[in-house]
Amino acid sequence: MTDTLARPIGARITRKEDARFLTGAGQYTDDVTLANQSYAYFLRSPLAHARIKSIRTDKAKASPGVVAVYTGADLPATVGGLPCGWLITGTDGKPMKEPKHPLLAQGKVRHVGDQVAIVIADSLEQAKDAAEKIEVDYEELPAVVDVRDAIKKGAPAVHDEAPDNICYVWALGDKGAVDAAFAKAAHVTTLEFVNNRLIPNAIEPRACNAQHARADDSYTLYVSNQNPHVERLLMTAFVLGLPEHKVRVIAPDVGGGFGSKIYLYAEETVCVWASKLVGRPIKWTADRSEAFMSDAHGRDHVTKAELALDKDGKFLAMRVKTHAAMGAYLSTFASCIPTILYATLLAGQYTTPAIHCEVTAVFTNTAPVDAYRGAGRPEATYVVERLVSTAATEMKIAQDDIRRRNFIRTFPYQTPVALQYDIGDYDACLDGAMKMADVTGFAARKAAAAKEGKLRGLGYASYIEACGLAPSNVAGALGARAGLFEAGEVRVHPTGKVTVFTGSHSHGQGHETTFAQVVADRLGIGVDDIDVVHGDTGRIPFGMGTYGSRSLAVGGTAIVKAVDKIVAKGRKIAAHLMEVSDTDVEFKDGKFTVKGTDKSKAFAEIALTAYVPHNYPLDKLEPGLDETAFYDPTNFTYPAGTHICEVEIDSQTGETKIVSFTACDDFGNIVNPMIVEGQVHGGLTQGIGQALLEGCVYDRESGGLVTASYMDYAMPRAADVPSFKVDTRVTPCTHNPLGVKGCGEAGAIGAPAAVMSAICDAVGVKDVEMPATSERVWRAIHSKK
Amino acid sequence: MKMSVAMTVNGKPVSAEIEARTLLVEFIREKLLLTGTHVGCDTAQCGACTILVDGKAVKSCNMLAIQAHNAKITTIEGLAKANGDLHPMQEAFRQHHGLQCGFCTPGMVMSAVGLAETAKSPTEAQIRDALDGNFCRCTGYHNIVKAVKAGLENMA
Repeated sequence: MTDTLARPIGARITRKEDARFLTGAGQYTDDVTLANQSYAYFLRSPLAHARIKSIRTDKAKASPGVVAVYTGADLPATVGGLPCGWLITGTDGKPMKEPKHPLLAQGKVRHVGDQVAIVIADSLEQAKDAAEKIEVDYEELPAVVDVRDAIKKGAPAVHDEAPDNICYVWALGDKGAVDAAFAKAAHVTTLEFVNNRLIPNAIEPRACNAQHARADDSYTLYVSNQNPHVERLLMTAFVLGLPEHKVRVIAPDVGGGFGSKIYLYAEETVCVWASKLVGRPIKWTADRSEAFMSDAHGRDHVTKAELALDKDGKFLAMRVKTHAAMGAYLSTFASCIPTILYATLLAGQYTTPAIHCEVTAVFTNTAPVDAYRGAGRPEATYVVERLVSTAATEMKIAQDDIRRRNFIRTFPYQTPVALQYDIGDYDACLDGAMKMADVTGFAARKAAAAKEGKLRGLGYASYIEACGLAPSNVAGALGARAGLFEAGEVRVHPTGKVTVFTGSHSHGQGHETTFAQVVADRLGIGVDDIDVVHGDTGRIPFGMGTYGSRSLAVGGTAIVKAVDKIVAKGRKIAAHLMEVSDTDVEFKDGKFTVKGTDKSKAFAEIALTAYVPHNYPLDKLEPGLDETAFYDPTNFTYPAGTHICEVEIDSQTGETKIVSFTACDDFGNIVNPMIVEGQVHGGLTQGIGQALLEGCVYDRESGGLVTASYMDYAMPRAADVPSFKVDTRVTPCTHNPLGVKGCGEAGAIGAPAAVMSAICDAVGVKDVEMPATSERVWRAIHSKK
Repeated sequence: MKMSVAMTVNGKPVSAEIEARTLLVEFIREKLLLTGTHVGCDTAQCGACTILVDGKAVKSCNMLAIQAHNAKITTIEGLAKANGDLHPMQEAFRQHHGLQCGFCTPGMVMSAVGLAETAKSPTEAQIRDALDGNFCRCTGYHNIVKAVKAGLENMA
């Protein structure tokens, strides 16, 4: 009978966290008010590049309500710069250049928005008023904001340590094999393009509230962050030199991250440092213009890519050369994004036997660039799928046909760019997407649109991503300075209720529901009897945090491992109570049963026995029922799928409308389809935003940030996107117990290439630059006339 | 300059002495400690601060507190019934997964409730146009549109 009961895994359960979010009871960092708190305001550089000749703060210090003013000169020598967590070694065998990233500018400012001073006052208005009284004497220096300018001979140097602005030149793949393959190719497709710089724009701006306690010389930091333990480790061990156990980092409800809140930033670090000096909590919340100037940005690649094919459209080799902007300083994971998370993905879903990729990382006078939803993988997918789509057009092969001629179909599959795919079924997703997109009806729709002067186009993207970051030993060999495991604790209370503590942070992904479903399924108890706690170093054993679509595959597996320990111990307790051997007891549907009998003990009864151990094997077993597990994955996971975009373009104006967008994805097993679909919708919209709307613009002469507000940076609004057609196919991941792969980034990875190929198909041109604004599309239409 | 202001917020009369320059959203968040109304930008674009002023959806960052003198204000905290039953629009957002991180949600829900004043059964395209003043970075709007449609039907 129990077999017919709905299992929690796979169910569309509405979210546990929604009750508080829908009633205004969420607790975001700016909602936290601490007794006697003061307010911080950061004075930022208005210039892209300048030497600081002098800073006078006396008038600001005398301003009403001011508690303190600090500049870079006030930071003690023991305070370090913000660290980079990944060491890339260049093709010359030398380590990447790592210029110091000071908490407050020391000697020079290197991008608009670089923080120069902190003003702490009784109120935010007083802090802002005082900041206006700080006199900074700048000697303006020439600036470079575009990688193409920064690598020119004689370009101004962002850092003295890197006079040519090059952080590293790195390469992956067999160059000899690639050159040989190109020499005998029947056809070569070449594309040169910019992968546009994006500003993540979580709707909750970054914020913190830092408090020092004199009683035990400890600190509590509330911060809008995706991985509080990593934040604490980097801040204490590498920057402030504080004892790690004396700092508690709480990332409460976080209003979106998309990568931009992974990193250790200067603002919260300065607030922690200053909180002891001023003896009061310090609260800081970015306003939106500060977010535009100082959050880590994403993408910003300039790439030349070539694909060699034989006469039948079989891929022989791929050659990619990319210049990737790092910005003015190396953000926490900046160096690994255009290398380890980019070049390794260039095989895509295909059997391309030889691939070579060279990446030059370049300093520019801009905000730092780091992971933004997809992080390297959208850029890789853009390279692969735009090449494949263009090659198909050039060789007059149907888009699905060229993909099928090259799909990987035997697993495990070792790519020529380091990764080993464990499983996938790329035909299934392509078939599913084509059916949902009604590809067979496209010709009729195109003809009908043409009658009204409209251009219709269809674009495909068959993407792959590497998620579930990552086997720590593999990452370590590639330069990671951290482990990439996850931790989980399952605490069973005496009444059988359960609290789960996870190192995976949730900032919209719905972990409190998904993880509860996983535990409910395994323990046979109700989802409502389980609470999931995340985002607090004071309550959670450890955690590497949320990024790279890793939470369920790595964090969820850690929880499963902890549940397994709970069940193993529960079996022993049950065996004792029922006077049988452990091996005779099985656990199913919330009951410990003696095999082949109807004799059983309910889970709650075992929990109570563990905490009231009157009849208990105390000589062999500890009381209590609380288990922790750490899980380090053995491989990446490889979500993959096909996205198909159909656009209609007004040939008079270039206005582009997405009339249909279809995604058929393989995320492995799915715990909550409702949440997965939501993740796909959101990712697609960010991908469509990159393709059609969003682009960070710095003035190439002055280095000023042109897109510094929502009036200038085009965020996707409701009317800019369609309703989506989404579905999934399932090949379970072979190396984690849940068989899950991750779904958070897929939409943002596949969408840009699908949209841009649809536009190129509609207009009949080889390429259009992102974002494909009406003007750019109009120019493309007219370039043909 | 200090001024006194009085209004009804979520059915309760409130009054205070405030700086004349105090924005309505600052008054709500910092004086009344109703932190469900959020601030996501400084140019009245994101809509996270949307509330109802005399039944109309208004961006509370774009209005001085004294302009709401004697007004009837409803924030997200005042939408559900006293017994905890969610407003039909809140319930629709829950059922249709119309929220992820929750930060834009209060403003989105209040805009949607305000929409009921002007459009009883709008089409999908009309709903999308009506949500022009509210950003969501998480959901891609797909489920928000479904939720608003269902919420409006349940409010009718």
